[in-house]
Amino acid sequence: MQYDITLRITYTYERPAADTRMLLRMAPRMLPDQRPISGIVTVDPIPDFRRDGLDFFGNSTTEIAIDAPIIKIGFTYRGRVERNPGSGGLDLSCPLWALRREIEACHGLGPETPHHFLGPSDRIRHEPEIRTFAEEIALPDMSTLSVVEAICAALHQSFAFDPSATEVTTEPIEAFRNRRGVCQDMSHVMITALREVGIPAGYVSGFLRTSPPPGQARLEGADAMHAWVRAWCGQELGWVEIDPTNNIRAGTDHVVVAYGRDYADVSPVRGSMRSSGSQTTTHQVDVAPLEMTG
Amino acid sequence: MNDHAALPDFAAGLLAGYRPPDGVADELLRRNGTIRPVWDPLLRYLGGQTPEQRAQALQRGDQYLRDAGVYFRHHSGESSTERDWPLSHIPVMIDGTEWQRLSRGIVQRAELLERVMADLYGPGDLVKNGLLPAELVARNPEWLRPVVGMRPRSGNFLHFLAFEIGRSPDGSWFVLGDRTQAPSGSGFALENRMATSRAFHELFPNANVERLASFFRSFRDRLSALRGDDGGRVAILTPGPHTDTYFEHAYMARYLGIMLLECEDLKVVDGRLMVRTVSGLEPLSVIWRRLDARFADPLELDEGTALGTPGMVSALRAGGVSMLNCLGSGVLEARALMAFLPRISRHLLGEPLELPNIATWWCGQSKERAYVRDNFEKMMIGPALSTQLPFEMDATTVLGGRFRGAAHAPVADWIEAEGDTLVGQEAVSLSTTPALIDGVLQPRPMVVRVFAARTENGWTVMPGGYARIGKTEDPTALAMQDGGSVADVWIVSDAPVAADSLTGQASGPFMRQMPGRLPARSADNLFWLGRFVERADFTVRLLRAYHLRLEEGGQTVSPVTRAVETYLKGLGLDLSRAIPEGLLELFDLAKTAAGKVRDRFSPDGWNAINDLALTARALAVSAGPGDDAARAMGVLLRKLAGFAGLVHDNMFRFTGWRFLTIGRALERGYQMSGLLAVFADLGAPPGGFEVAIEVGDSAMTHRRRYSVETNRNTTIDLLVLDRENPRSVLFQIDALHEEQRRLPQRGSTSQMTPVARKILSLQTRIAVATPEEMSSAALNNVMSELAMISDSLTAQYMS
Repeated sequence: MQYDITLRITYTYERPAADTRMLLRMAPRMLPDQRPISGIVTVDPIPDFRRDGLDFFGNSTTEIAIDAPIIKIGFTYRGRVERNPGSGGLDLSCPLWALRREIEACHGLGPETPHHFLGPSDRIRHEPEIRTFAEEIALPDMSTLSVVEAICAALHQSFAFDPSATEVTTEPIEAFRNRRGVCQDMSHVMITALREVGIPAGYVSGFLRTSPPPGQARLEGADAMHAWVRAWCGQELGWVEIDPTNNIRAGTDHVVVAYGRDYADVSPVRGSMRSSGSQTTTHQVDVAPLEMTG
Repeated sequence: MNDHAALPDFAAGLLAGYRPPDGVADELLRRNGTIRPVWDPLLRYLGGQTPEQRAQALQRGDQYLRDAGVYFRHHSGESSTERDWPLSHIPVMIDGTEWQRLSRGIVQRAELLERVMADLYGPGDLVKNGLLPAELVARNPEWLRPVVGMRPRSGNFLHFLAFEIGRSPDGSWFVLGDRTQAPSGSGFALENRMATSRAFHELFPNANVERLASFFRSFRDRLSALRGDDGGRVAILTPGPHTDTYFEHAYMARYLGIMLLECEDLKVVDGRLMVRTVSGLEPLSVIWRRLDARFADPLELDEGTALGTPGMVSALRAGGVSMLNCLGSGVLEARALMAFLPRISRHLLGEPLELPNIATWWCGQSKERAYVRDNFEKMMIGPALSTQLPFEMDATTVLGGRFRGAAHAPVADWIEAEGDTLVGQEAVSLSTTPALIDGVLQPRPMVVRVFAARTENGWTVMPGGYARIGKTEDPTALAMQDGGSVADVWIVSDAPVAADSLTGQASGPFMRQMPGRLPARSADNLFWLGRFVERADFTVRLLRAYHLRLEEGGQTVSPVTRAVETYLKGLGLDLSRAIPEGLLELFDLAKTAAGKVRDRFSPDGWNAINDLALTARALAVSAGPGDDAARAMGVLLRKLAGFAGLVHDNMFRFTGWRFLTIGRALERGYQMSGLLAVFADLGAPPGGFEVAIEVGDSAMTHRRRYSVETNRNTTIDLLVLDRENPRSVLFQIDALHEEQRRLPQRGSTSQMTPVARKILSLQTRIAVATPEEMSSAALNNVMSELAMISDSLTAQYMS
């Protein structure tokens, strides 16, 4: 399956902002079953400085700087990505009780090692309430994958998708208590829950193809950037991606932009500028499947 | 154990009650109760003094610390207060030969830590080979992923380290903690030395005590050499004045002759770190970081930080700056690392640790967890990744089986449930050293912080240290916050030691600060310091005029007194108190501004400002209206004149001085114009001209110069147009013109800057004006033009 993808983010400032410096993570990354065919991140106005690179987790980054005061800035990713179905199939994960030993057997600090994805990170804290919730679901004899799927299903069932309930800075525990939020909140709550029962879990940012209703044209620009979860299910099975917002395993409908421990590692635009006023943001995504591929 | 009969006469009185606790080593006494030879001269000296002489001598040391403005911040709950520096006057005496042995262990450890850091941010072999558990690195918040793969420009990650060491009961030294992030204390060690050498000024020069200056000289030379040939500057990076150790940052910047910068002074341009100075962006080559790494860059590190410089990590990655120590060095401070260092030393260096560290067991391993659980009564148990030192225990630490904080689950259950986040460390037994308490020496537990710096010739250890002394015999209560004190450490050589100071020898590259490299933030603070001091001066004069008139008028309040009252209220002063809070706030604002540029201030200048703020507050408590308040204003005016004199006579004409002077001139011109617009107005009540002339400090000149009664024209002539009167408006504009002309220009343009144009235009108009033309409306215009000049100055130089 191939997609033509456009992501456009703009910031408009009430007062001119000087010394803008931003770090962008907007372009889909390379993965065994995902291949960016072509793509480019552009910035308007043209920055005084730009450097493209990869971060610790292997995500594509673009660093830009603009000295002069600006009142508006826009970032656009436009590109084509090929997404292949993963292996799927049998549940080869170890029982939950054995997972700890499998984690300890991992020696290394590379970006894929499960050690990064346990314990607290910037946005994920130890939360006894979420622990209680997770422990009721996770039994030691269950396979790790079935625990992951059960927690995903339980969260999906109890959560109401509600963009008005939370903001980008909302803490997972708040979303958990209200059982409302968006994909970011559900992913953060699920990551917390998995780590509380000892399953290494990380955050995935990316795009989701929205299937058009029968007989209608696909809505353009109606989609937003999406988020889901990856969980480590032992040496044999490794990392599994799962989407608590839709209660499905991530598949060819999901295009990965970045991996991290939580949102702070993958936020599409991280930046700073010298400004005193307020700002408004717009965010548009368009994920169009190519007609002729399958 | 201690047979005091064996003590020589000179020491008998001082040591009458000196009984070190059983089972620990003592610095002064051997196990058999005899005095260690290294203490002999100090005890003889102390023994030869009368108690009065001794008190007087120690007082000299304390006086030095007060004059130098050394203090510490005591925190209780939400608030914090500045307290006197708690110097324990008796230095810790350490034999030179023993110190050399210790230094070898320190150098080995410094080298080992460098190798460990290079591995953790490089190949990661220690983890791959099972010498260090991956989770202790991956879960350590100080292991900074953006730094992974970075190659420091200087070739090294670590340059300046500190080690907290203690002495075991068997007399050997051991390390309690490694300070690798941004170690503090070396500047305080210098101040302790200054104070102690004054307290013992007859003994010190010939006591064969190793001097500290050469250590700092070689470190300074290294800082300078690291610049390479890229023409950039060297600076200390501080989190700012709110930090406990800011005094030390400012002190070291002055001592080493390098800039003191905060993150907001910096900007990253094309992979280089630049300083915002009054003459534009200047490159920075070497930075001695005193800020915790996580706060250094909101783009790649802690997103919420208000302190950082966006792009700092990127500049470091691009090799645009040498940072001491490199970002990420805090990873080495975790307690749990010490459990693995002995093995890592044999692996990386091929040799055992010469200087052992405190025995540590990580409870994430089953054998170790069982050992800690079975021996928890002899252990301190706490968070594995904590960077706190063992004696800085918090509520989450268990000592001897008991929690420091509130009730908790049984210790054994705790270890079982949360083992992988815990370490057990052998409960410390620290040696004791004498402290002078109520006129006699008493044994108190101590630790010593020692410092190591990387120089051209490898690691060098400061021959001395920063000792911390417990308030009681409890070895876990050494922190200053718990009432502990600090002491100098004397390393005593067999041979005479020559006097030395940092400036004593001309060596290494020349690091003269050229004027014009003033950070924009410093310029801003100096400018506002000038404005606040001058505004306070004006307010004090007007308040004095007001209270004198109140006193003269008795029960009747004349119209002119009312007018002064209205004017003061217009300045935002609440006259229900004789010395209004608004005036006290002005002194506080001046003090705050000065506090942000302490590296550019002599201790005298700082003390003068401090004294003004304190005196004003003290006077405000008791002064009543009328004569009393007028006299209090007289006191403040004399002190303000003293500060002005210091600024005028003692400050070098650096760019910073010019900003201070510009601030004062601008404020004085502004306030005088405002005053005259009201009191020299034709509609002013009788006596208005006299008020203006009195506040303008020109009564005598007026009498001498004009043979007529005070009238509007003479008042305006003297206080606006007279170029020779240091209180006139034109005098201030002339000063603005003169000082602004001497400020460094950005770029080489010969075009007039907006500031220069505004000043010259105002100057010309006033210079050719007649008194009649200087109406109240014209004076109001002068005020708004001065306000615009202030804005332009800010835009051009201070942002």
